[in-house]
Amino acid sequence: MLLGPSLTLSAILFAIGVFGVLIRRNAIVLFMCIELMLNAVNLTFVALAQYHGLSGQVLVFFVMTVAAAEAAVGLAIILSVFRHKQSVDLKYINLLRG
Amino acid sequence: MTEVVFYILAGFAVLSAIACILQRNPVASAMWLVGTMFALAGIYVLLNAQFIGAIQVLVYAGAIMVLFLFVIMLLNLTNDAGDLRGWPTRLIGAGLVVAIVVPLLTLGRYTPHRLASEVTAAAGFGDPAVALPGGQAALAATVDKGVVGAMAVPLFQQYLVPFEITSILLLTAAVGAVVLAKRKL
Repeated sequence: MLLGPSLTLSAILFAIGVFGVLIRRNAIVLFMCIELMLNAVNLTFVALAQYHGLSGQVLVFFVMTVAAAEAAVGLAIILSVFRHKQSVDLKYINLLRG
Repeated sequence: MTEVVFYILAGFAVLSAIACILQRNPVASAMWLVGTMFALAGIYVLLNAQFIGAIQVLVYAGAIMVLFLFVIMLLNLTNDAGDLRGWPTRLIGAGLVVAIVVPLLTLGRYTPHRLASEVTAAAGFGDPAVALPGGQAALAATVDKGVVGAMAVPLFQQYLVPFEITSILLLTAAVGAVVLAKRKL
């Protein structure tokens, strides 16, 4: 039921997320775009779980957990970078440049 | 009826995702992303994943986006004209995205029958109910044990070790976030 449309929607959302990562400079919005891509992948899992059994939904669980951990650590890094540079603009985040 | 609701939710999800990446104000961006997540939660319910839909609203739209909003508030970010990259990057990005999404759009032609015939590797002979028994088994388990109970069985039996490792991951992430956000390392 609705397998093809779900996969199409998932591809479109993933593409929007990639485009957002490419065109934005704000590190926080970048993280939101990554969340958008993770959501697109979750939609693929749920759509295919209708036919392959509940393992797909369990994997969505794990994806959400990893997304939560990633958001917490990433936002903490952004906070400490902001303290250092007074900006979250990717232009100024070049601490690792040799 | 289901399809009409699906297409309404899908359109809303795509439009709010586009609004999310194009808004200059980070708070507006976050709110549009919450809209996308709500639409996706509705779609999960349509796809027989009611529990995932509820978790999507609680964890994603509730917890993670609140975390984002807190950080935006703490950093006091405002509209920044230099936030969006210039036109050359935008065009290259659009080209790259088209190159990614056009091959993926062929997935839209997938039907349960085609999926089944690819799984059984016998073109044209795929009966979804026979080749993919997991779906029927999942529906039966949902009727038998309820929405949450059906998911709990694979989570605590087949995926018990990954589940426990996830708890270590969360603990590490929590400790790491506290350490990173401290004023002095």
